[in-house]
Amino acid sequence: MPVEVKVDQDVRKIVRTLVEEKGPEKAELIPILHEINSELGYISDEAIKELSERMNIPSSHIYSVATFYRMLSTEPRGRHVIQFCESAPCHVAGGRLVWEKLQRELGLSKGETSEDEKWSLITTSCLGVCGVGPVLVVDNNIYGNVTPEQVPGILSNYE
Amino acid sequence: MAYFRSHILVSVDPICVEKGAYDLIDAFQDELVKQGLVDEVQVLETSRIGDPHSEGPDLMVYPEAVHYANLSVTDVPFLVEEHFVKGRVAEKFMREIEEVVDEELSAPQAKEVRIVLKNIGDIDPLNIEEYIARDGYLALGQVLLEMSPEETIQEVIDSGLRGRGGAGFPTGLKWRFIRAAEGDQKFMICNADEGDPGAFANRRVLEGDPHSVIEGMIIAAYAAGASQGYIYCRAEYPIAVQTMKTAIEQARNFGLLGENILGSEFSFDLEVRMGAGAFVCGEETALMASIEGKRGEPRPRPPFPAQKGLWDEPSNINNVETFSNIPQIILNGAEWFASLGYEKSTGTKTFSMAGDVKNTGLIEVPFGISLREIIFDVGGGIKDDKKFKAIQTGGPMGGCLPESYLDLPMDYEALDKAGSILGSGGLVAMDEGTCMVDIARFFMEFTQEESCGKCTPCRIGTRRILELLTRICDGKGKPEDIGTLRMLCDQINENSLCGLGKGAPNPVKSTLEHFLDEYEAHIYEKRCPAKVCKALIRFEILDGLCTGCTLCARNCPVDAISGERRQLHVIDPDICIQCGICEQICPYDAIEIK
Repeated sequence: MPVEVKVDQDVRKIVRTLVEEKGPEKAELIPILHEINSELGYISDEAIKELSERMNIPSSHIYSVATFYRMLSTEPRGRHVIQFCESAPCHVAGGRLVWEKLQRELGLSKGETSEDEKWSLITTSCLGVCGVGPVLVVDNNIYGNVTPEQVPGILSNYE
Repeated sequence: MAYFRSHILVSVDPICVEKGAYDLIDAFQDELVKQGLVDEVQVLETSRIGDPHSEGPDLMVYPEAVHYANLSVTDVPFLVEEHFVKGRVAEKFMREIEEVVDEELSAPQAKEVRIVLKNIGDIDPLNIEEYIARDGYLALGQVLLEMSPEETIQEVIDSGLRGRGGAGFPTGLKWRFIRAAEGDQKFMICNADEGDPGAFANRRVLEGDPHSVIEGMIIAAYAAGASQGYIYCRAEYPIAVQTMKTAIEQARNFGLLGENILGSEFSFDLEVRMGAGAFVCGEETALMASIEGKRGEPRPRPPFPAQKGLWDEPSNINNVETFSNIPQIILNGAEWFASLGYEKSTGTKTFSMAGDVKNTGLIEVPFGISLREIIFDVGGGIKDDKKFKAIQTGGPMGGCLPESYLDLPMDYEALDKAGSILGSGGLVAMDEGTCMVDIARFFMEFTQEESCGKCTPCRIGTRRILELLTRICDGKGKPEDIGTLRMLCDQINENSLCGLGKGAPNPVKSTLEHFLDEYEAHIYEKRCPAKVCKALIRFEILDGLCTGCTLCARNCPVDAISGERRQLHVIDPDICIQCGICEQICPYDAIEIK
């Protein structure tokens, strides 16, 4: 992240390389899906199809796994993904106001991607840095002790 | 090995990395090369040591144990010049260790006993030699050379160690079950899927002392007769995953993993598996399904994992903290361990303190300490000197306990009896400004979302509870709702498949029991006593205090505030969305919540 849009041919190549690297055993499915998700930004239909052939696993199974886990997405996401920690310690520390500010600032609700494909706003489960809540993550950058006033400044760091 | 006269330990926990810890490390390397000190001073990475409010990453210089903070890359030449060339402390950046407020791990408090956290912050987690220098892998040697698997199991049983993941099952007994089970291959699994919001003890151990977990696992595998191990770590902890991978590689290079460990007959190897964001994967049968590459859905037990676990082979799952205790039990003896703690809960427990307590962070205390001691003596009391209202123990499956329970001794049984759980040791303190109905709704939102959907009581029951609680918070609660909530709580608890479902109603049940008056105020009086639930509060500007500075009007996101400069302002209740911004920014405290 941020990710570039890939054409189907590239997608197939990425999947093939990953399966060769990690092996076609079913236990490798989740690690491979992780890699695809971070390279493409999401797990596309094309990727599922190719994976199904290479690993000899029904695409229904792959789809069921990809939709089960919160960190894997089957929908395209924006160039920058904002993850807001919605856990109790962050909530108690004033997270609700930050979350509302984020939504207002971006004009997005939970799980949405902006029309210009710049932002995706999602929630995350606890990141384990509860001592500095409220916490939000943009791409791979963690921000702690966030106040509503800091939100515009944080967002302006991203093109 | 080269001899270094000094070591710079730079904290590279997520927060410090965000503050540029790696840039600082690079700057030190460059400067040490420039000053010709590169063979004398070594720069190392360590886990969290410092004050999270400092503007730059924190570091410690040993052997002097000087703590520096507020450093930026441009300060590095000055610091190197002062400290390492001129040999004097750069006071400008120095922090007195006593004054450091580490939000995650402060200097041990009087009431703390550190077994699991003993190395954290003091060693370089990425250097196996530093672990070995602190008696690391000594216990493994002792076990492999001097003890039979059965003797090892007996030692752990005698210590009284119980599962630190929350269930509290005697660890040694669990090992005995898998040892007795028949199977071609046996698996030893570490549950590092620390999903409880507010719990981060496992992360600290994985990031700060990875070899203690590995050593514990090897000993457990020897006792259980397992040949392959997995550490299942949640993907939300990327640094922990990387640290464990590096540590495993090092252990392998030292002959501590692989074939014929330490020249013995025993062989065992270890791999890290990463989750992908599913709370339910902390449940052991769901965790195994996830390692197998499936949806992380639990299955009924029996058969228990000890008989049929990973790939239907006998498997044993213990928590990070459980494993991390093992080497110390072997080294110091079962009797020593059993002498710590309280009644049937021996040893120590880590607690992650969060919420409205002054010193949030990680502590390790012997079982039996009271909640009051934890919150007020170790935790420093409630923030901003507000009044304590409740404490939620054990994560989202735990209950909320009021003041009258503060003298409860912390152990598995006492908390269970009080309607809460010890869980993985998460503690969320709440002050008087917390609405308990809102909190119950909040936890239910979590469990409802994290329910895997396999069994009906959990999938639909939690949704129904959430709907009822949302209705009550919206001021539309009906008198019969309380009875319905109680009924739903009991049914979900009795009929759900796994621990997630069974525990899901606990926050509702406990708040109904201890804070019924708040539910009643919401339902009968349409009033939120803590002034949190938006539908039940309104904001008003007080005449006499308002100076007409216009700050609130300029910051209101929906333009609900009107008024002339230097005149009393007014909030239009029909437009107001109760966001609370005006109340927060008013410099004259002229805005009141009614």
